[in-house]
Amino acid sequence: MELFIDITLLTFLCITAMAITVIRKLFCAVMLASIFSLLCACLFVTMDAVDVAFTEAAVGSGISTVLMLAALNLTHSREKRPPHQPLVALLVVGVTGIVLMYGTMDLPVFGDAAAPIHHHVAPRYIEQSPLEVGPPNFVTSILASYRGYDTLAETIVIFTAGLSVIALLGIRDRYAGRPIPSDRSAMKDYVVLRIVAKMLMPFVFLFALYVQFHGDYGAGGGFQAGVIFASGVIIHSLTLGRDRTLKAFPHQFLRGLATVGVLIYGGTGLASILRGGNFLDYSVLAATQLKGQHLGIFLVELGVGLTVFSIMILMYYAFSYRREP
Amino acid sequence: MNHLPVFQVLLPLLGAPLCLLVRRGTLSWLVATLASWGGLAISLALLHHVSHTGPITYNLGNWPAPWGITYHVDALNAFVLLIVTTVAALTLPYALQSVNLEISEENRPLFYTLLLICLAGLLGIVITGDAFNMYVFLELSSLSAYALIGLGKRRRALTAAFQYLVMGTIGATFILIGIGLLYSLTGTLNIQDLASRIALIPASAYGHRTLITAFAFLTVGFSLKLALFPLHLWLPNAYTYAPSVVTVFLAATATKVAVYMLLRFSFSILGSRFVFEQLTLGKIMLLPSLAAIIIASLVAIFQYDIKRMLAYSSVAQIGYMTLGISLHSHTGLMAGILHMFNHALMKGALFMAMGAVSYRVGSVYLTDFRGLGRRMPLTMAAFVLGGLSLMGVPLTAGFISKWFLVKAALEIGWWSVTAIILIGSLLAVIYIWRVVETAYFNPLHEIEHGQEEAPLGLLIPLWVLVGANLYFGIDTSIPVDMASWAASALLEGTMQ
Repeated sequence: MELFIDITLLTFLCITAMAITVIRKLFCAVMLASIFSLLCACLFVTMDAVDVAFTEAAVGSGISTVLMLAALNLTHSREKRPPHQPLVALLVVGVTGIVLMYGTMDLPVFGDAAAPIHHHVAPRYIEQSPLEVGPPNFVTSILASYRGYDTLAETIVIFTAGLSVIALLGIRDRYAGRPIPSDRSAMKDYVVLRIVAKMLMPFVFLFALYVQFHGDYGAGGGFQAGVIFASGVIIHSLTLGRDRTLKAFPHQFLRGLATVGVLIYGGTGLASILRGGNFLDYSVLAATQLKGQHLGIFLVELGVGLTVFSIMILMYYAFSYRREP
Repeated sequence: MNHLPVFQVLLPLLGAPLCLLVRRGTLSWLVATLASWGGLAISLALLHHVSHTGPITYNLGNWPAPWGITYHVDALNAFVLLIVTTVAALTLPYALQSVNLEISEENRPLFYTLLLICLAGLLGIVITGDAFNMYVFLELSSLSAYALIGLGKRRRALTAAFQYLVMGTIGATFILIGIGLLYSLTGTLNIQDLASRIALIPASAYGHRTLITAFAFLTVGFSLKLALFPLHLWLPNAYTYAPSVVTVFLAATATKVAVYMLLRFSFSILGSRFVFEQLTLGKIMLLPSLAAIIIASLVAIFQYDIKRMLAYSSVAQIGYMTLGISLHSHTGLMAGILHMFNHALMKGALFMAMGAVSYRVGSVYLTDFRGLGRRMPLTMAAFVLGGLSLMGVPLTAGFISKWFLVKAALEIGWWSVTAIILIGSLLAVIYIWRVVETAYFNPLHEIEHGQEEAPLGLLIPLWVLVGANLYFGIDTSIPVDMASWAASALLEGTMQ
């Protein structure tokens, strides 16, 4: 049964990928890319990688679709036909594909219990992490504690991405200090959409909070929660008008919040140094090792959540309120 | 003291958000400058420590090696850390006036934030002892570099940044695929642990094909990142259209860090015997390196935008570094590593001179240089000295690395390679001379007036670098000893 699901999903994945390369209507390409991400998320679920699936669904098919649509709003929605057939590119891609297949032929079969990846570092993560880190979801232990430094850097990668978009596109302070005029982008005429969106929003925010604080026990954590919270705000902006959203979350405030998020993460690490441990050694943060780890993971996940949330909205702003060149 | 390795990266990494918080251009510049100077002090301390008591290891989060992420400082990366932090510590004082002219006021805090993140990314790549951590910091440095290039004044900066983004992302993805294949083969990401587990894989047995594929992906990925000919296509545009400060910083550091990654993976992970004797990396790299030296130098001669000319010259100089590696001898490797240091000095100085010219004149086309020898005597004198170092004239730093490179080629009796190295130097004489001739022997245009020497804020860092070019051309002991020591450590095949 699982094999059947895998084959079906992979077939759809291939069809979607090919359709994206062929299609010239960019709106369709964006929608197909969203479907591609959703299919990937499903594949991750069949591999039991629910945390990854969650992120892929939230970021890949959620936020990035909105961002690409916002980008289409600034450009044309149809791709120009390339002047020549990119045959060299096809050749390069083909060779790369063949080399990859050649390289993976010797790899152990998927799910092989004897594969090296299951026997070196993994056993300690699985067996010891509840005793030395705490959370029942050991993905969270690896992400936030064993390899917490990678996660700090990844958070700053997102921070950098947001800053890059702002630096290159710029955000206009169009209505700074002035009353907000009636906004044409608001879906005034679509009463049903507005009411449904208004009803949904509290649940979206509540769910984001649940994902944020429940990451220790189930799939989730700061990355996913930040994205979900941001999607709630984007729904607000799409249905009630982006200027009202800008008033509720001014972009300078979000810039500060993103920075604070990074500093909370880094500060937790510095606090460990001040208390006599190594950088990001949460064990020294509280009386016992497990309590310290718990506190540390809580703080860094909070930092990740704040940064991801603010950066996602800032990117959305950058596309919708682009400074006039 | 024992937290020094982590603070090497943390200073710029956490200095960056602070830069954004202060929100004022000059104040962010101050934060960035202090962070870069602190970084230089730390790298000097690390170098001192490593050379006296051996490699330093630091466990992040206090998790032991294969389970957590480890920082490992040895001879090679202590040396590369010094290169990167030195360039950063000189670029930031230089940045204040240049950025005030080239970057809009509201973007200045963002600019310094991105510059610090780029610095942190490069340092993080160099210092880490964990293959995946290296990739994460590669992402940091690349992403910020794309944005920094895109901030250039001319609109073509955006296309240049986009071109670099596409090529760089392909390179980074290839590196990630390579690391992923190594992980699936060994179950570990720690560099020392990877090396010892890969050494256990018998040549003919299971996993060998995967190892070759991993090596292929890694080599192509690094070659894209270090702009090895013919994968250098992103580099000329990126360096030409980026803001002056960004060109100085990236030209002097980013490609060297990519060379470092290639060295680390080839020697410390896969092992020099496997890479050079079975997979013949030396032969694979030899031809592109020689082609880079000749073709890129030839192309440089025909450029009218002098920044672009120097960018093509960078492609040629990278050829010297990879040539040294491909000779697979102690002298060759040492020459390659030494050239990383010397090229950072000379290209830093030359691009700083470009920034100074562009500060006063507005652009750096060949025709803009008419009469500059009299109008901006200090800047042009610095350009001449940097150019001499680039050609490899005795008593400059450039001579030393070329000397060792020629020595390495002669050791194995490759006369033709020696000839190509010398031809490359002669081509450098031609393209540098074009500028010198225009600056000193062409009369001033009558309409152009009111230009004067560049401000001291630009001249002092420029002349410090020029001074270093001369100093390390005469007193060669420090870089030569460091490079020789790093080369021996690499050839022993372990992270000693």
